[in-house]
Amino acid sequence: MTAPTQPPATPDLLYSQDEEDLRSAVRALLADRADAPTVIAATESDTPYDPRLWEALATGIGAAGLLVPEKLGGQGASHREAAVVLEELGRSVAPAPYLTSSVVATQTLLGLAGDDGPAAALLGELASGTRTAVLAVPFATPPAGAQAALTSLDGTVRGVADAAVADVLLVPTAEGLYAVEAAAPRVAVEPLVPLDLTRPLATLTLTGATGTLLADADASATAVRRGLLAGAGLLASEQLGIAEWCLTETVRHTRERHQFNRPVGSFQSLKHRMAQLWLEVVSARAAARNAADALATHSPDAPLSVAVAQAYCSGVAVHAAEECVQLHGGIGMTWEHPAHLYLKRAKADSIAYGSAGSHREAVAELAELPAP
Amino acid sequence: MSPAVDANDVRRRTRELLAAHPPATTDRTDFLKARFDAGLAWVHYPVGLGGLDAPRSLQQVVDAELAAADAPDNDPRRIGIGLGMAAPTILGFGTDEQKQRFLRPLWVGEEVWCQLFSEPGAGSDLAALATRAVRDGDDWVVDGQKVWTSSAHVARWAILIARTDPDLPKHRGISYFICDMTDPGVDVRPLRQITGEAEFNEVFLSGVRIPDSRRLGPVGEGWKVAQTTLMNERVSIGGSRIPREGGMIGPVSRTWRDRPELRTHDTHQRLLTLWVEAEVARLTGERLRQQLVAGQPGPEGSGMKLAFARLNQQISGLEVELLGDEGLLYGDWTMVRPELVDFTGRDAGYRYLRSKGNSIEGGTSEVLLNIVAERVLGLPAEPRNDKDVAWKDLSR
Repeated sequence: MTAPTQPPATPDLLYSQDEEDLRSAVRALLADRADAPTVIAATESDTPYDPRLWEALATGIGAAGLLVPEKLGGQGASHREAAVVLEELGRSVAPAPYLTSSVVATQTLLGLAGDDGPAAALLGELASGTRTAVLAVPFATPPAGAQAALTSLDGTVRGVADAAVADVLLVPTAEGLYAVEAAAPRVAVEPLVPLDLTRPLATLTLTGATGTLLADADASATAVRRGLLAGAGLLASEQLGIAEWCLTETVRHTRERHQFNRPVGSFQSLKHRMAQLWLEVVSARAAARNAADALATHSPDAPLSVAVAQAYCSGVAVHAAEECVQLHGGIGMTWEHPAHLYLKRAKADSIAYGSAGSHREAVAELAELPAP
Repeated sequence: MSPAVDANDVRRRTRELLAAHPPATTDRTDFLKARFDAGLAWVHYPVGLGGLDAPRSLQQVVDAELAAADAPDNDPRRIGIGLGMAAPTILGFGTDEQKQRFLRPLWVGEEVWCQLFSEPGAGSDLAALATRAVRDGDDWVVDGQKVWTSSAHVARWAILIARTDPDLPKHRGISYFICDMTDPGVDVRPLRQITGEAEFNEVFLSGVRIPDSRRLGPVGEGWKVAQTTLMNERVSIGGSRIPREGGMIGPVSRTWRDRPELRTHDTHQRLLTLWVEAEVARLTGERLRQQLVAGQPGPEGSGMKLAFARLNQQISGLEVELLGDEGLLYGDWTMVRPELVDFTGRDAGYRYLRSKGNSIEGGTSEVLLNIVAERVLGLPAEPRNDKDVAWKDLSR
């Protein structure tokens, strides 16, 4: 057997000036509208998403339409730019339906849309940020495991991320992909109590609902896989943002916190743990950038790049958040310190769009390292 | 000031070199000398010293042209210490005379260099070194013992740090010299290692006379000079593109594919985890390379050695286990003195044992973690009690 294929071209793993400008704009907005006390207060309200934050992000900055071509009402940018937005959303654990609507639902529709028709019209609405949509599959679904859970618009889908705030549900069925209005008759959206309070989950129950058929079963399966692949790939950037925040705050805290008449950050046992985390964060950045670039360039290497990024970055985000709680000591266990928001987001993200283990299974297949 | 050199100039000069000295009919050393004299050895070096004062990134233009023409190279692995450590230090601190004398034969590979830094009592705490250099007229007389000296048995020259003032605190009483390895006071003895071979040496220095003209940098400033050497040692990793499965993950992945009878569920899970980590390390190195080319070097270099040391050890350990009965065997315990450091060569057992050194040589992983924590993350240093005490008064 020969070695698996080499990546076809050298990926661009750096950030462009445009990407850095976008990052600055998003970071400034989130610092203003989604600081830690605001996010904690939002998780305790019935409306976790702040519509003004979403409007500023989606419409003001134009982030919602980054993946959508200009002729369909979007910004005509790419996964590389969307990844930068997700890094910042991870860094602030801001509640916003960006990953689910602007990436996964949008990418799914992009797999179907011609220049007009219902999918193109819906894409325009999502790109403008005036409406949001979610793909009606469980949040834990890996790209390779996407299959229609329902035979028709009748049945239950559990654990759908952001369904409670979505206007439109994209429902894959054995007949094809339907767009269903969330507020339509015979559609029940029942909120669940999520581990990650910043990303609501809901169970959808359809009892003979009606919707618009966007694609037949084959086209639907391909589009859903593309949507989930983009979601998993760009989730790595969110995980990078989470890990970066956790490391930065832990370094800051341990420089200031004194015990035994020294800053605790001067103790070698702690320094080595933070240095190890730093190495994981810079590695996660390379993996996440590679996945975003492969998606942006439609590289044949994209499925392997995404699987590698997810298999790696999930663990890094969880490790960083766990170290953040531990190295903050008692403060890290409190509700008012935001460390718990990052731990909950990181742990939930490690399951979202497939666990690290399921992505390693994908690596086994794509890199030709078969199981016994 | 001369106009800036661009990619076209460099390409044109490379083609002129190839036309004047066709690789097929030119002696290897003659070609390398001509390349040095054309400023195409290391283009970022000064004119007259093998370079063109050009941006470092243009070297890849030269290398691509020369590779396409099948030109001989200077075997950078054989002369790695000279290229990676001695040359930047001589360039940074040497006199004009020293630069003219040493850089050309160093680059061409006519003269191999080694490094006389570590001592039995001064490894990670390198500034604690005890080798003495005492001034005697125009010479320094050096006595002491160095250890872990790769290439010492083939080297013509060495970079050496020695204590010139024991009354000063340890970092301030050190000076930096160029040592002639053919001096009769230099005794190189093989140091047999865990792998059975003697890749390294012990070097005993007894009354070695080094003329003051072979001092690098001012008396007492040797620690500062050594920082340049050590920084370059750590930067040199990650300079080139690594293909997928280019490191130690390659052989074990091929064994996995070729020999299904060895596969178990446990080794499969571990292989996949390490394959992902090796791929991520490759990408991290590639990102570092792109940063260097773009003129924005990041601090990732110090991290890459940590990552590769751990990965090499884990992957080679898995490989021995995967081989089962064969993993119980070892290729050859004969004592040899190789000219090259070879991390990946030979068999799985050798790789397993040799890679144990990867977290010790060139700075232990523990010291590198301290460096990352303090210089990259800005964490406070641990309290020290050796900074302001005369070296002679330190407990040893």
